[in-house]
Amino acid sequence: MAKYLLLKHYRGAPAAVNDVPMERWTPEEISAHVRYMGDFAERLQETGEYVDGQALAPEGTWVRYDGEGRPPVTDGPFAETKDLIAGWMVIDVDSRERAVELAGELSAAPGAGGEPIHEWLELRPFLSAPPTITE
Amino acid sequence: MTSEVPAGVDGPLLRSLTPSVLGVLVRRGADFAAAEDAVQEALVEALRVWPADLPRDPRAWLVTVAWRRFLDAARADAARRRREERVEEEPAPGPASDVDDTLRLYFLCAHPSLTPSSAVALTLRAVGGLTTRQIARAYLVPEATMAQRISRAKRTVAGVRLDRPGDVATVLRVLYLVFNEGYSGDVDLAAEAIRLTRQLAAVVDHPEVAGLLALMLLHHARRDARTAPDGALVPLAEQDRGRWDTRAVAEGVAILRGALARDRLGEFQAQAAVAALHADAPTAEETDWVQIVEWYDELVRLTDSPVARLNRAVAVGEADGPHAGLAALARLDASLPRYTAVAAHLHERAGDRERAAVLYAEAAGKASDLAERHHLTRQAARLNTRLGR
Repeated sequence: MAKYLLLKHYRGAPAAVNDVPMERWTPEEISAHVRYMGDFAERLQETGEYVDGQALAPEGTWVRYDGEGRPPVTDGPFAETKDLIAGWMVIDVDSRERAVELAGELSAAPGAGGEPIHEWLELRPFLSAPPTITE
Repeated sequence: MTSEVPAGVDGPLLRSLTPSVLGVLVRRGADFAAAEDAVQEALVEALRVWPADLPRDPRAWLVTVAWRRFLDAARADAARRRREERVEEEPAPGPASDVDDTLRLYFLCAHPSLTPSSAVALTLRAVGGLTTRQIARAYLVPEATMAQRISRAKRTVAGVRLDRPGDVATVLRVLYLVFNEGYSGDVDLAAEAIRLTRQLAAVVDHPEVAGLLALMLLHHARRDARTAPDGALVPLAEQDRGRWDTRAVAEGVAILRGALARDRLGEFQAQAAVAALHADAPTAEETDWVQIVEWYDELVRLTDSPVARLNRAVAVGEADGPHAGLAALARLDASLPRYTAVAAHLHERAGDRERAAVLYAEAAGKASDLAERHHLTRQAARLNTRLGR
């Protein structure tokens, strides 16, 4: 089994095919989208491949250490150009092929007009622990 | 203990005995952290033994087993030998009652030296009798993390003397936090908060305890109506009032009435009064918004809370019209959570749908939970669809 991170972006990803902001959909289209996402996660729980999923708020801050006895320096909100992550799902699957397949399904979530969004998702393998048997 | 209680064991009874059993051990001189561990072990033992052999006096059984476990642990620890001998020789100090034991435990677990998250965890375990695993699941953190949080909390309060009553307001804040966490995982924290507040109300006579219990019951009564079959949030005005739990409403209203009659108003009674007025209205249109505004005035006076002022602006919008609501809103800090959502609602009611649609979309971006975000996005979508864009 190998773990993969599926990343969804607010911005920074290549444009989706069906690229209409959600507030321009109909309320029914939003419901259909939310249902699709919920069903997807539920199905992965049933197959034993779901690990975690979270959504992130769009606002955020850069923070860094500024030396002994000083409060950390903060900068933000994020600049408009910054790649902005909207949320993630962690899956634990048997192969990279399976991970790609699932990411493709997630990207097919319905959007405006009930048509698939064809949204670009970022698929990142986790670095794993070293194997017990090495020779 | 919803999922871990075997048939034949009365889970709620078992957990309701937790605080008084723990209280007895502490009164006999056991230090809190060790006593709490011993009681948890006794609870586990009860789950194992009771299905086959239910004791006639469950509480006495738990006290005996927990005390034995405590002594075993103390004996096993050579460094504690001296203290253990002292404990065994020392007669129980005075005939304190169960009521005092339980109450002291609530105060200890909500002690001001604890952070809110630690106080919540400790209360659920030591007063509520939940296992660390259940608490961890309810708060969606790893069990090891929750175990650490609880043992640090126990160390923090280890030196606190239990003989002085604390401030009941700190206990109420902890219970309120538990209630607001709602339902996630296999423990219904809202129901658990109600149980613990009910238990507290039985041992302390305080109008704010009653006020909080009433507030919880009135909100809990609406829980089923608050979510659509697809999981979407249903705002108060659109809820099917036939799905409200009328028994919980009746109980909440009766408890609130008793509290208000004492004429010692506090924030929880005022909040419960607002909830009661909503519960009282057969339809959203028949809501007595004028009285609700008056209760928010009281709440602002009592707490000076910006959230109360924001809710007051919503109520003013209903009582005196959206323009009055917007005027009240204009005096508040625009960075308040939900400010933009309230502005969107009031602009829509004032007839400015285009502005409302833009504000709903903006509010969705600021929402702090996913259900709220979807709800606000849907509101924007509803207006945009009607505006034909």
